Amino acid sequence: MIQVENLTKYYGLKPAIQNISLDIESGKIVGLLGPNGAGKTTILRILTCFMQPTSGRVAVDGLDCRTRSLEVRKRIGFLPETVPLYSDLRVQAFLRFAASIKGLIGGGLRRELDRVISECGLQEHRKRLIKHLSKGLKQRVGLAQALLNDPPLLILDEPTTGLDPAQIIEVRNLIRDLGGERNVLLSTHILPEVSQLCDKVIILHNGRVLKEDTPLNLAREIQQGFRTVISVDGPEDEVLRALSGLQGVIDVRASGRPGEIVVNSSSDEGVRPLMARTIVESGWGLREMRSSELSLEEVFVHLVTEETGQEGENAS
Amino acid sequence: MNGIIGVFRKEIAITFTSPIFYATGFIFLLVSGYFFYSNTAYFSLLSFQAAQNPFLSESLNLSHMVIKPFFGDISIILLLMLPLLTMRLYAEEKRSGTIELLFTYPISDASVLAGKFAATLVVLLALLAGTLPNMIILETMADLEWGIIVTGYLGVFLMGAGFIALGAFVSTLTENQIVAAVISFGALLILWAVGWAKSLVGPGLGAVLGHLALIGHLDNFTQGLIDTRSMVFYVLFIMFWLFLTHRFLNSRFWRG
Repeated sequence: MIQVENLTKYYGLKPAIQNISLDIESGKIVGLLGPNGAGKTTILRILTCFMQPTSGRVAVDGLDCRTRSLEVRKRIGFLPETVPLYSDLRVQAFLRFAASIKGLIGGGLRRELDRVISECGLQEHRKRLIKHLSKGLKQRVGLAQALLNDPPLLILDEPTTGLDPAQIIEVRNLIRDLGGERNVLLSTHILPEVSQLCDKVIILHNGRVLKEDTPLNLAREIQQGFRTVISVDGPEDEVLRALSGLQGVIDVRASGRPGEIVVNSSSDEGVRPLMARTIVESGWGLREMRSSELSLEEVFVHLVTEETGQEGENAS
Repeated sequence: MNGIIGVFRKEIAITFTSPIFYATGFIFLLVSGYFFYSNTAYFSLLSFQAAQNPFLSESLNLSHMVIKPFFGDISIILLLMLPLLTMRLYAEEKRSGTIELLFTYPISDASVLAGKFAATLVVLLALLAGTLPNMIILETMADLEWGIIVTGYLGVFLMGAGFIALGAFVSTLTENQIVAAVISFGALLILWAVGWAKSLVGPGLGAVLGHLALIGHLDNFTQGLIDTRSMVFYVLFIMFWLFLTHRFLNSRFWRG
């Protein structure tokens, strides 16, 4: 569906992305994951023909983005990061405008309007001015315009930023439903989002691809075991010593917060009851025990250090 | 074609909900109405004096003393007002980010430009139509030469279309609407008055400057002439700026 070869883009003298090559096959939800400034938006903007790369080639469905831009744009529904909309128009008028630009007319246009409006839950807001809508509703209008004319490829730039938790879940469900029949390429800096939504993750850092894999494989590779955070009332040194001696525990350290301890273990089920029993039987108070996932920052630290480590090995 | 109509309708909807249109339209009609009134009042004053002076009465001509200067007045007011209507064409889309939608929808730059240009022409027509009641009221009291009025409106419309084409181009250069308005206002003023330097430079260059001046070509129309040269000049002026606009928008495909 999407082929990217040696893509490089400079803003002035600063490279935003460097030598990125990707091959995304169809029928999948693919996530671009990276911190702000990693080059996610730049890649998406080049894919949607909004910008041209400094060098390299991009093709959607085998069509080059530079020379056959209009045909590429017909195949793409795009939701830009800032969700730009014409704030002085009413929802229906804006969607009608987008639909007519996408080549729809007459009855087809009306049917398509009704479809995306109901798909995005905007029935009650048809007549409202876009500038009066909440952030979540604007996001839905943005999604609705991307869905018009049923493009085979949806490109969503950070579709859940700035929404409240209920809206985030709503938008994620919407994307998951959409992904069934279409290809979706989305960018995000939220780690759980990719593991919930995506079939494939591409991790970007400083304009380069660090890793390309399924979320499951990535999690397995990075995490190497399970991590538990425990809050205990008791002498820290003794607790640490007691826990580190347990079977299955890889390492134990204080988290920095008072009474909080982080335990890495090889398995999940067996170790936690054992830890709980040890703490309770020693007469300490067990306040909290929860599993913890690696944060995005930690993933990056992990991947970046791993990469430099490999380079070092290669050099020696 | 669908896309052009879509852009056209969107532009019309936004223009007619924006206060800029109503403010400029109000001021345009107010000022042009005042000029028309003062031209007519001065003419009627002269007519009273001509009742005692038969030599003066021969030189009195409604078309020359009211209609012709009125079109000159209108063109000056348009020069001041149209940059305010064209400044948002692209600058607003850039500032609000909607250009990202426009450039990623399957529609050519030429179609977007055509839709925007056509919509602004309609706004210009609406402004000019607003001055028609002046003529109609005068017609009830005097015998107007409607031929001159028609060619005068045609000339002012072509000139206004030229202002719009230039304004559209300037609007693509910046995302700041004020900057767009100031630059197109200045450029129009220079092109308007470039003929004044005619007598200061050599005869060759002087002739060129004389033909380049926007106002000189309007004179033909307000005299009741449809001069092919003036017609061609305005059409070329419009095409030139539309072409530049299109090339500039299109340059994003090779600027990288």
